[in-house]
Amino acid sequence: MTEHTVTAYDQELTAVAGRIAEMGGLAETLITDSVTALMTQDLELAHRSIAQDARLDELLLDIEMRNVNIIARRQPMGQDLREIMATGRIANDLERVGDLAKNVAKRVIAMDSGVKSKTLAIGLEHMVELTQAQLKAVLDAYTRRNAEEARLVRERDSEVDAIYTSLFRELLTYMMEDPRHITQCAHLLFCAKNIERIGDHATNIAENVYYMVTGDRLTDERPKVDETGAEGGLDR
Amino acid sequence: MTQMPGTIKAAKMTDTKISARNVQVYYGDTHAIKDVNIEIGSRAVTAFIGPSGCGKSTFLRCLNRMNDTIDICRVEGNIDLDGEDIYDSRVDPVQLRAKVGMVFQKPNPFPKSIYDNIAYGPRIHGLVRKKAELDEIVASSLQKAGLWNEVKDRLDGPGTGLSGGQQQRLCIARAIAVSPEVILMDEPCSALDPIATAKVEELIDELRENFTIVIVTHSMQQAARVSQRTAFFHMGNLVEIGDTQDIFTNPVDKRTQDYITGRFG
Repeated sequence: MTEHTVTAYDQELTAVAGRIAEMGGLAETLITDSVTALMTQDLELAHRSIAQDARLDELLLDIEMRNVNIIARRQPMGQDLREIMATGRIANDLERVGDLAKNVAKRVIAMDSGVKSKTLAIGLEHMVELTQAQLKAVLDAYTRRNAEEARLVRERDSEVDAIYTSLFRELLTYMMEDPRHITQCAHLLFCAKNIERIGDHATNIAENVYYMVTGDRLTDERPKVDETGAEGGLDR
Repeated sequence: MTQMPGTIKAAKMTDTKISARNVQVYYGDTHAIKDVNIEIGSRAVTAFIGPSGCGKSTFLRCLNRMNDTIDICRVEGNIDLDGEDIYDSRVDPVQLRAKVGMVFQKPNPFPKSIYDNIAYGPRIHGLVRKKAELDEIVASSLQKAGLWNEVKDRLDGPGTGLSGGQQQRLCIARAIAVSPEVILMDEPCSALDPIATAKVEELIDELRENFTIVIVTHSMQQAARVSQRTAFFHMGNLVEIGDTQDIFTNPVDKRTQDYITGRFG
């Protein structure tokens, strides 16, 4: 992209982009750490993950303040305006991803342990891997300003939803088999829901990246595979 | 994701008031306007933007044949106003300019009273027979220009005694007095402070109910604020014209994009 005649304007936009990248990295780490804490029953790591989330909140406020400043002082137009609007929303999504990951860590503490049965964890682990890949792909699409990559991330979200649906059924089966599993499984169900929501935020980010790059919105409805609730998921 | 609820539907182009086809302008050997084709909608504000020397003012001045007054200037192609060729030999440029009024960059009131500034046009065009009619035109023009309350007690005072912003609105009132259909504005606010600019912009927004307005401006923010359609000129070419909303959020041409975002080298 050609540079602005006013160099400081470029620096201000770059500073915002840098902070989005930092938020993205932090959110990824937070997911990894809280899920590891869950799988390895590592309470100390769970506590550390919870503490990390504060930095994400801080960065969100910082990005919002910078964007307000740019709007007030530079009156951004065209692609710059779209970038400002998109980064504001992406920062919001990343902050929410942090909250959801933090919630998984909090559950580790609430359960006073992580997952005790490996069988229960396998489905969840797979779902986390896929969601992590989604988040990474969309952050790459943002950095590279690649609309097509963003569109693909959005399409793949149905895979996360599908795993969530099957995991939901699996956990229900375990609970029915042995009532002693209910507490564990209920917590895991919430964890799975959190991970699924993280996938949704990756989708939101993808839509904003697409808009930022092209100026158009992705409008075609995606098929909903989440059948655990009445209409496309319980708590929408 | 469905369409955002806040999405504003693109402004529909109104009926064509002015239609220009294959317009070329030469200053001596210099080819200043290159094959411009444009439709200007009636009762709407069309803004011309572009870097200095891009031809936007030159093209604006073609619309009421102001370029006729420059000896070395030659205009080719067709410009129709309501379907009539304004460069037809039977068209009287003076009559044309009554229909297509103009407001300039620097307020240029006549060295006469406020009253006479407004009354001048109606008098020379023979629009009135009685003093009462003239009084009526002066009052209504000043009202439409949002200046009446500020000057009604000093109509005999000199027009040049007003502030810059008031002088510019006086010039707009003077243009309105001869009941034009189109008002051309060549950077009408570049000599005004922000408050006076806001008043003129508010006036432009009101005037578009009854007039077709074409405004040349160096301020992209002003174009974004006042116009429904925006045309971007560059090096004598009309690069892009579209709904103002689209031009400033998602322009098609790379040159437009670079210009509106401040990336022009």
